Amino acid sequence: MPWPKETRWLGKETPRVDGPAKVTGRAKFTSDIVLPGVLHGAILRAKWPAAHVKSVNLEKARRAPGIKAAILVNEGEFEVRYAGQEIAALAGTSKQAVLDALALIEVSAEPAAFVVKELEAVKADAPQVFAGKANLTEGAAKETGEVAAAFAAAAAVAEATVSTPIQLHQPMEPHGHTVQIDGDELTAWSSTQGVFACRDSFAKSMNFPQSKVRVTCEHMGGGFGSKFNPGVEGLLCAKLAQAAGAPVKLMLTRAEEGLAVGNRPSSFQKLKLAADAEGKLTAFEIYSVGTPGFAAGANQGGGSGGASFPAPYIYKPAATRVKQGSVAVNAGQSCAFRAPGHPVASVGMEAVLDELAVKLGVDPVEIRIKNDPHEIRRKEYALGAEKFGWKEKYRKPGASPGPVKTGVGVAGAAWMSGGRGTQAEIQVNADGTVEVRVGTQDLGTGSRTVVQVVAAEMLGLDRDRITVRIGDSRFPPSGSSGGSQTTAAVSPAIFDACENVLAELKKVSGLDDPRGANWKAACAKLGSAPLQVRGKWREGLSTGGAGGVQFAEVGVDTDMGAVKVKKVLVVQDCGLVVNKLTCESQINGGVIMGLGYALYEQRVMDARTGFVLNPTLENYKLPGAADLPEIQIMLLDMPERGVIGVGEPCTVPTASAIANAVANALGVRVPDLPLTPDRVLAALGKVPKGATGTAARPDATAGAFAAVAAAPEAEWVESNGGCHSYT
Amino acid sequence: MKRNPGDAAAPSGSEVFLASGLSRRTFLKSLGTSAVTAAAMGAEQVSQGLAQANAERPVGPGAVPVTLTVNGEKKTFRLEPRVTLLEALRGEAGLTGAKEACDRATCGACTVLLDGTPVYACSMLAIEAQGAEITTIEGIAKNGELSALQKAMVDKDGLQCGYCSPGMVMVLTALLRKNPRPTEAEVRHAIAGNLCRCGSYPRIVAAARAASGQSAGTKLTFISSHDHAVA
Repeated sequence: MPWPKETRWLGKETPRVDGPAKVTGRAKFTSDIVLPGVLHGAILRAKWPAAHVKSVNLEKARRAPGIKAAILVNEGEFEVRYAGQEIAALAGTSKQAVLDALALIEVSAEPAAFVVKELEAVKADAPQVFAGKANLTEGAAKETGEVAAAFAAAAAVAEATVSTPIQLHQPMEPHGHTVQIDGDELTAWSSTQGVFACRDSFAKSMNFPQSKVRVTCEHMGGGFGSKFNPGVEGLLCAKLAQAAGAPVKLMLTRAEEGLAVGNRPSSFQKLKLAADAEGKLTAFEIYSVGTPGFAAGANQGGGSGGASFPAPYIYKPAATRVKQGSVAVNAGQSCAFRAPGHPVASVGMEAVLDELAVKLGVDPVEIRIKNDPHEIRRKEYALGAEKFGWKEKYRKPGASPGPVKTGVGVAGAAWMSGGRGTQAEIQVNADGTVEVRVGTQDLGTGSRTVVQVVAAEMLGLDRDRITVRIGDSRFPPSGSSGGSQTTAAVSPAIFDACENVLAELKKVSGLDDPRGANWKAACAKLGSAPLQVRGKWREGLSTGGAGGVQFAEVGVDTDMGAVKVKKVLVVQDCGLVVNKLTCESQINGGVIMGLGYALYEQRVMDARTGFVLNPTLENYKLPGAADLPEIQIMLLDMPERGVIGVGEPCTVPTASAIANAVANALGVRVPDLPLTPDRVLAALGKVPKGATGTAARPDATAGAFAAVAAAPEAEWVESNGGCHSYT
Repeated sequence: MKRNPGDAAAPSGSEVFLASGLSRRTFLKSLGTSAVTAAAMGAEQVSQGLAQANAERPVGPGAVPVTLTVNGEKKTFRLEPRVTLLEALRGEAGLTGAKEACDRATCGACTVLLDGTPVYACSMLAIEAQGAEITTIEGIAKNGELSALQKAMVDKDGLQCGYCSPGMVMVLTALLRKNPRPTEAEVRHAIAGNLCRCGSYPRIVAAARAASGQSAGTKLTFISSHDHAVA
């Protein structure tokens, strides 16, 4: 790798460059943009989970005080497929005026039969989300080797049935935009993970040339996969601005965040895993079904539309049978969510692997080291086990004494990372200051700081000489921030641009090495024309394939059912670390989000009304400061591998490790995530296995797995690169 | 502390007085707390009083003048009485540091100080905040100089996307004024009403500890390639 070995900035602890702006309130997020004469936009949403809408009358709303534009989402009659679907939008002079006028929109609709629960929706007589089309899509099937023979010949076979919930993104800044149309130019201030993707989407849907659309995102309050496109709300915002002839700001409410901007698909998984007497995995089988919402949705990494996931995850037994289905329900649509597919895949695989280890009498860490095909992860298991004190802490399942039982668990993560395609521009001024421009965006991952660190390192300058300008589609192009690819896509482009700067400066100044102490003198030779140089991503500076393992220690109160995570140890590789400080923050965040997935987070649908019962944060429980375990992080420094992103792998194994630790503590598995007290007590036989404990009741899930098995087979499509593949 | 709009400090307009000199609030309060008083007043008097109280339209629904003291500066706005303090600060005063994230007192991104006490600005009406000293995130750094806490938040990376940061800084500023050397448990308790979806809590706690001159600690272990190559 051509990265320098001795560094001043690279791989150190660098406070983020936009930190001061963010802690003083100076940082302008999309929601903070105020334009002269800007109107407030809001959306009318369907109050039925399923309905046939015959007409929508906007006239009274249009005439209400302060209302400047009223538009329909659909012309003519249309179908409502979930409670929260967009029907119309208004723009007016104040939030209050718009809220008043929303109540004046008249919708004539015939409510229809609906279904919101996966296990109901798979039934043959369930209401169809799309009339005439089965809710359960064809099952993607993959079979390798002689599965039946391999199971028959195995020394041990373990089975597990688990479920994972719908997880909501809930970024702190809601989705939203401000759009201004001035003549033939459209400018959008978007809370987005991709300024170029938004630009192209606005151009296409508003019928503007791409050259006349500009999207900016100076600061944005989190996305986690849900902000790659303008969304329906962005397009409505643009159409309102066009209709009103004035700029419109449309930020969603928190409740809308829980209904309509995406989520992580649910899963029910029935798994079977076999090994030989040495503990080598020989056979694997899975039937799974989950819901990505009302339509099939984007592929999550497995082969079958929206609710599939990689299987078998990480491990490669010779004989495998995989069949995965997605079932439509009358609820909001899934989209990418931090490490799409992987946490879901991990929960099932790591569960059945632990069950197998117990059957074989093999230590859970040993069986992973024995079977994991990834060398770095094998090393991480060994390093982590020592640091964690695994040998001293691990006891047979349920062996912990007393009413509050402790347990430990372990799990691994795979993530492709990678990233390419970014271009950057550097302007060097005669006073020695530097501006780096690149059309990436900072989701809170610290990418703005990454740009500054790399430039300061390569040019041999103090960081404060370098101004970083990002988040604008007028800057040199960079891809969307997803797949943990931003750092690996951006850093090489800055590196390349810096090399080009130094070559040019050398020519202009005649100085052999214009860096460091020579910098001022070299720049002074530039005169009145600043030097402008481009650079682009190139091979050999960044790579993909991040591994990681996590160990969890929990205490479970067997009287109250409460789970307390005491400690999580993360062992993670991410190649050349650009900034230790922000890297550590990302890993902390991944663990805490995984903790929420394990213990608290689930979108709850009401079967009777078809509504989301907990779209807002008082009922959708996010982890808070009181829930924190001790988080210990070991970073494997491997500069020879180049730059690798870390944002997603660090959230993949947390929930699995916690679920395994709880199973280890109790001696019985709590099969449904999140591991809420009622489910813990149900697993212990202290309360009945209720409707929430679905994976705990074979009678509840049998029909669904049978339906997936019987569904016509669709071709399995291996995901090809991008953020959904893995090693 | 929750301010009572009937306090003497509150300007007229936030409270309406009945002709008898009995305010609507105290009149109704006396009804609620003392059945004896109500009985003594006689049913007719009560119904008259009630009719009078109900006939009064205290303020609104149209815009009324509202005077707020924000970061030491007095400003008067014309606001509908239903406008929240957060909407007034962000929309009228141009102070967009406090964020709207949940709009119902669950996430803390809108936190401001009211006479030094953290409140959720999204769940308080602007007219209720009259007469109080309101401090927003914009009022914490003096002459562009970051407070010790703000500096620690930056140095210890107590933030990621930064959307919760203004609220976090406000509650921790209030904590450190009351308790200059908080324990880790006390810091966690102080931010229990503030959510951070990026999961920056460990570093926020570290920042609060560092700002109070205590060890922030770090759990990061960096293993060089040489070391793990032989592991």
